[in-house]
Amino acid sequence: MSIGSVPLKFRVSIDPERCMTCGRCVENCSYGVFRQENDKIRINSRNCVACHRCLAFCPRDAIDIAEKPTDYRSHPVWTRDVREAIFNQAKTGKIILAGMGNAQPYPIIFDKLVLDACQVTNPSIDPLREPMELRTYLGKKPASLSLKEYPNGDVDLKTKLSPNLQIETPIMIGHMSYGAISLNAQTALAKAVSHVGTFMGTGEGGLHESLYPYQKHMIVQVASGRFGVDINYLERGAAIEIKIGQGAKPGIGGHLPGEKVCADVSRTRMIPDGSDAISPAPHHDIYSIEDLKQLVRALKEATEWKKPVFVKIAAVHNVAAIAAGIARSSADAVVVDGFRGGTGAAPRVFRDHVGIPIEAAIASVDAKLRQQGIRNEVSLIASGGIRESADIAKAIALGADAVYIGTSALVAMGCRVCGTCYRGQCAWGIATQKPELTQRLDPEIASVQVANLIHAWTDELAELMGAAGINSIESLRGNRDRLRGYMLDESLMQVLDVKTVGA
Amino acid sequence: MCGIIGVIDRRRQCMDGSRIKAALSMMNERGSGEGAGYVAYGIYPEYKDFYALHVFFDNIRENKAALDILLEKWGTIVHDEQIKTYEQPNIRKVHTPWRYFFRPDRSLMPKSTTPDEDIVTHLVMTVNAAKNGTLIFSSGKNLGVFKAAGWPEDVADFYRIEDYKGYLWLAHNRYPTNTPGWWGGAHPFNLLNWSVVHNGEITSYGTNRRYIESYGYRCTMYTDTEVVAYLFDLLIRKHGLSERMAVRALAPPFWEEIDRMPAKEQELNRAIRLTYGPALMNGPFAICVANENTLVGFTDRIKLRPLVSGEYGDRLYISSEEAAIRTMESGVENITMPKAGEPVIGRVIA
Repeated sequence: MSIGSVPLKFRVSIDPERCMTCGRCVENCSYGVFRQENDKIRINSRNCVACHRCLAFCPRDAIDIAEKPTDYRSHPVWTRDVREAIFNQAKTGKIILAGMGNAQPYPIIFDKLVLDACQVTNPSIDPLREPMELRTYLGKKPASLSLKEYPNGDVDLKTKLSPNLQIETPIMIGHMSYGAISLNAQTALAKAVSHVGTFMGTGEGGLHESLYPYQKHMIVQVASGRFGVDINYLERGAAIEIKIGQGAKPGIGGHLPGEKVCADVSRTRMIPDGSDAISPAPHHDIYSIEDLKQLVRALKEATEWKKPVFVKIAAVHNVAAIAAGIARSSADAVVVDGFRGGTGAAPRVFRDHVGIPIEAAIASVDAKLRQQGIRNEVSLIASGGIRESADIAKAIALGADAVYIGTSALVAMGCRVCGTCYRGQCAWGIATQKPELTQRLDPEIASVQVANLIHAWTDELAELMGAAGINSIESLRGNRDRLRGYMLDESLMQVLDVKTVGA
Repeated sequence: MCGIIGVIDRRRQCMDGSRIKAALSMMNERGSGEGAGYVAYGIYPEYKDFYALHVFFDNIRENKAALDILLEKWGTIVHDEQIKTYEQPNIRKVHTPWRYFFRPDRSLMPKSTTPDEDIVTHLVMTVNAAKNGTLIFSSGKNLGVFKAAGWPEDVADFYRIEDYKGYLWLAHNRYPTNTPGWWGGAHPFNLLNWSVVHNGEITSYGTNRRYIESYGYRCTMYTDTEVVAYLFDLLIRKHGLSERMAVRALAPPFWEEIDRMPAKEQELNRAIRLTYGPALMNGPFAICVANENTLVGFTDRIKLRPLVSGEYGDRLYISSEEAAIRTMESGVENITMPKAGEPVIGRVIA
């Protein structure tokens, strides 16, 4: 007891004037903050994670949650987080787990980039009145076309094109597995992507039978644990994605605790009920780039070269050269996941300290592929920390073909970014497998919310493009002339290949 | 805003520069006196087998020797001379225009299928990117660009454009909006036998430039128009597309239209858009592009800039203004306004 209690993270209070003791907070809190004693609600603030489930369901707005009510003695070096981590590890002797994405206050490059618009010398285009094309094709493209033209105007196409995914908006939903999130959450995402004409990733959790009706919109993942992978799974996906790394935890594998492996998860992942699902750090059949090439080609061979194969890597220091190697491995798209990418569970030290931001990663990968003259032959998907439509416009202007969103889609379903996904107690029914919690998420309603978000962002993208005098998304892609850096340093502007504001 | 005009005589009958000068001056409403230029094809019949390099030197004493050495390294200078100019009160002669007739040494580009063109392209890109007082602004055979900062009639008189006789002409009256009015920034832009005049602003320039630069071209003129010349060179000379298919790649139909096409056409147009997406040019533009056999006019996909064509006998005219065409040829017939993205193509038949 030499360390004792640390100050509260959150203090929950109930205004007795407003509370009518309906008990909804008691029912809704899955972390055990509230209990009812006679006609009074008792509070244990120490259990609170600020998921706001109680607030959202209190009919009288009686609940208030204050963050960090007690001040530590302030110190610029020995921050509260640093001290609390030490207390925690001194007590447990363990690696600290964390959820969601990078929680360090690094500067956000997106917020230091501004977009362009037309004035006088060229007209902006009104998307309500003129066509505005956001359609994107993901997959291999030829470097040039071989055409045979006849005097009567007929043209024969001699070049055979590889299969591509067609998306009507450059927004897809990233890989969040059944296991990390609930089946209801996956169902909601699947309905949403089917509705808006885009795709979602299965994550490394297999494809649950009930999602087969949406398989045309699913990208099936093959990760180092190979959970849920068989020929049936590969054939059902619209595309296949090999996951090498994840932005939230570059260089390490994954761990789904046995408590989350219920009967249904065990069947979908093809592992024993209640066993831990451990994905190794590397793929043990990929120890070098040529091994990756073999896996890409093996997956293509297994699916008769009918499906694009993507390869996902975490944005690390040498990401450009790695992506260029992947581009030459027969892969159809490279997915780059920035260090703000989310996760169900990752060691805190990895989540917060390993990898680089997506903005710089995309810029350097795009530049490297151009230097090698193969940029347009492979697609580039950006993910990790996409929070709004402006981030998407900027990511595309920096060189991405499309983006994956993860956390934003969860927020659209109710997630409050409490960052406690790894505990499996999600009060919103998203990051949990407990039936009494998962049933809180209505896939119908949640899918409408996710679809709404994608619609709204797509409309905003169309408006931004129109204002910039661009009516086709390929003219925004890599168009860094339409970005300016605001208070970015010279060396970073060189990496991003953007000019400063005013230049 | 800018004014453009082009004319081709399908039987290669030559016209002197006086009429196109009058037509271009007629569009002074569209310019600002900060740049004008002309290109004429067929003007150097006695040197037609050699590359005619037109060069701006900032200072002959300082800059010329280096270019001579470079050219002699890559081939032979058959003849060179100062381009005759005539002092004009409204033109400040900041450069000395020079012309070389140059024969590249093919053995220096062994693996290429088009060694002459590759050597000349390499020289143009290297010299212009170095930016040390030498700019090669015209590099085709039997053709020449004449341009400067000034009004069309002053630039024409500066070079005495009426002394040149060509079967194909392009001319441009400039109102610069995205780059300063300097001699190199005036149109036409030229690479090998490709010449371009352009009215508009290419909003996709950043994408197009990065695409074309990944094929070894280098954009050095601080302006969006030069990418058009390089894109035509890439798509037509290197990738073997026809002019019609190249225009399809640069200003393709909308997906909505492609989705309604018969299967075969749909497949072709989808393939063009997938393969040449980064070459798609966005934003308002009307463009005339020429090579030794062809004149092509086309606009952006929603026609945000005017373009008119007309014919008279063997001649095809393309311009921003019908009035400019009528200034050149009062009897002009078949005045038409091409649809957005649809090319107007004139070819020599003799």
